[in-house]
Amino acid sequence: MKPIITIRGLGKRYRIGERARYGNLRESITNSFSNAIGAVRSRGRNGHGAVEQNHIWALKDVDLDVMPGEVLGVIGRNGAGKSTLLKILSRITEPTAGRVDLYGRVGSLLEVGTGFHPELTGRENIYLSAAILGMKRLEIERRFDEIVAFAEVEKFIDTPVKHYSSGMYTRLAFAVAAHLDPEILLVDEVLAVGDAAFQKKCLGKMSQVAQGGRTVLFVSHNMPSINRLCRRCVLLEDGRVKADADAQSVTAQYMISDTGTMAHRQWPHGQRPGDDVARLLAVTVTQRGRVSDTVDIRFPVEIEMGYEVLKHDAKLLSALSFFDSQGVHLFVSGDLNDPQWSQPRPRGMYSSVCSIPGNLFSEGVVRVAAEVATREPVYQIHLLVYDSVAFQVVDVGESGSVRGRWGRPIPGAMRPLCHWRTANLTQLKAETLHKNASSGVS
Amino acid sequence: MKTESVNDAIGEWAGAAAAADTAASQSDHVLPGAPLFSIMPRRGWVSLNLRELWAYRELLYFLTWRDIKVRYKQTVLGVAWAVLQPVVSMILFTLFFGRLAHMPSDGIPYPIFAYAGLLPWTFVSTAVSGAGDSLVGSAALVTKVYFPRLVIPCAAVCAAMMDFAIASVVLLAMMLWYGVAFHWRMLMLAPLTLAAALLAAAAGMWMSALNVKYRDVRYALPFLIQVWMFATPIIYPASIVPERWRWLLGVNPLSGIIEAFRGALFGRAIHWPDLSLAAAITLTALACSAHAFRRMEREFADIV
Repeated sequence: MKPIITIRGLGKRYRIGERARYGNLRESITNSFSNAIGAVRSRGRNGHGAVEQNHIWALKDVDLDVMPGEVLGVIGRNGAGKSTLLKILSRITEPTAGRVDLYGRVGSLLEVGTGFHPELTGRENIYLSAAILGMKRLEIERRFDEIVAFAEVEKFIDTPVKHYSSGMYTRLAFAVAAHLDPEILLVDEVLAVGDAAFQKKCLGKMSQVAQGGRTVLFVSHNMPSINRLCRRCVLLEDGRVKADADAQSVTAQYMISDTGTMAHRQWPHGQRPGDDVARLLAVTVTQRGRVSDTVDIRFPVEIEMGYEVLKHDAKLLSALSFFDSQGVHLFVSGDLNDPQWSQPRPRGMYSSVCSIPGNLFSEGVVRVAAEVATREPVYQIHLLVYDSVAFQVVDVGESGSVRGRWGRPIPGAMRPLCHWRTANLTQLKAETLHKNASSGVS
Repeated sequence: MKTESVNDAIGEWAGAAAAADTAASQSDHVLPGAPLFSIMPRRGWVSLNLRELWAYRELLYFLTWRDIKVRYKQTVLGVAWAVLQPVVSMILFTLFFGRLAHMPSDGIPYPIFAYAGLLPWTFVSTAVSGAGDSLVGSAALVTKVYFPRLVIPCAAVCAAMMDFAIASVVLLAMMLWYGVAFHWRMLMLAPLTLAAALLAAAAGMWMSALNVKYRDVRYALPFLIQVWMFATPIIYPASIVPERWRWLLGVNPLSGIIEAFRGALFGRAIHWPDLSLAAAITLTALACSAHAFRRMEREFADIV
């Protein structure tokens, strides 16, 4: 069978820091001036050296064939090139090298609520968003009632979406996306927002639409879902295809190669993850005042995230998600109960520290995802860095942990120290009978 | 915050998708012989791809409609702003230029003379400044979904047309008040408005593309627009410009358009050589600007 997507020698080069800042004229003029000087100077030597130094290949020499009807998983660390690949396939950005041939219409879900405008009503936003995602007007009209019913917002369809709860907003945004009908669908983990019941419904709908031969490229950090969803999986590393095989073996390979831990990570200026609202500076794991990637299971662990808020008066939420080495999402914690939670924050540098009680994690590697998002009026993620840091939880077998003197493995993703009371009911019954008998005499 | 329950949802989908998978490999799904499209680095000359632009005309309509809908949301005066701007300018210019400086106005009462120039001018300046900011303002769209980017500044120009239509009502009222006779030459107003729109689109799309790369545009643009206004016979008639400097006005296509606009409105003779030159410059500018836009376009998602 002929592939529906063929990718040959695909590469994308970014100038370092290009994503982070925009130029101004003066800079551009001085740059072209210094480039001219640089070109003269380096004429005798390797002329390409300077270019290669200031550029990184987000994607390099990628060859892939995707068959019609195939559901292909794409995994890799942050910055491995997953998002760049999707952006090239969805024609948002142009490759620097190579070629892609697409034998079907492409729909991409890189974000939920693309093109939504808070001032417009639900009805208006359905039309707008659907048109932006590539639906024709007749198609939208035909599916309008379906979309509204699906989003469960009939009553509020003529209310501006800025008055929607974040749940309603997400439902409506999803509903529009779920009614897209391209032959090739690119999905970038957007499905991981919104409430679970609705997501099931949404995905059920998508699979229903996917009758016979919809091709899906699914980018995720979530290994269990990759394993369940895809037969084949591609592992990207530093912009190259590291592995391309059945999903089970690729995810396993990724997990094994990726158990390295790191207690502190700092991003240099120009490469800080985030957008124009918030940028991540550093994430650090400490226990009892020491930066450490090996922590004692019995004591609290503190994760500090340093970030810069670039927009004044944003109502932000900082959150940390914890994953085990299998990629199972253990839990998420956000500063929801902070007394200042609903206060808009002024611009500046922030440090949010999350203190996790001792005796909670299981032994093994814990990987931390850091997130900063706007909580109101519309939930919007500004940065979300998977595998920002990782640490190893060890149980040294002294008193105070769940293990006690138990020497064998303890299964389970979590290991909270729970209180137990055990009573011998037989003895208790005998004693009670005895007591009753003796009191009955007097 | 992300929730684990997502997996269950995805899992269910997986089941169905896997079923579809097998179904697909059994049914002979027919792929087109040639790719629907190919993605590769573009170099040098870039085609305008007007066919694709046409395919996305509905999006142009929806983005225009959004701009119009949103423009005066949460303002007390609402669409009155569309009228207020040219009307207040007209009053000010009438006071300072008409009454105090005794600016000649080709024998037309100065207020309506000024308004007839300010109306198309306000349209062009609103369209150009709106288009200039449009791409940067749509950064969220540009980085998340594909469509021909030209649609964005074009929608801003189309949205400005709405203000123009509203402000035209005032012109109509003034014409009745001053007893301006209606005349067959007024039919020229429609193509002249179109010419103004095309010129605004040419300037607007070029500015919007430059703005993505150089945010200096944001600061320079209001100033440039102001300079443009004084370089155009809006509050003065072209006839007061000395003969040997008249060619300078000719270089500015907007002056030809606005002079013709007034000519058509007041039933004066239209200076066809000037207008033809203006039309030629406008179309050339539009073609150059669209090509420049397409060339810069490939960087938009990376630097916006």
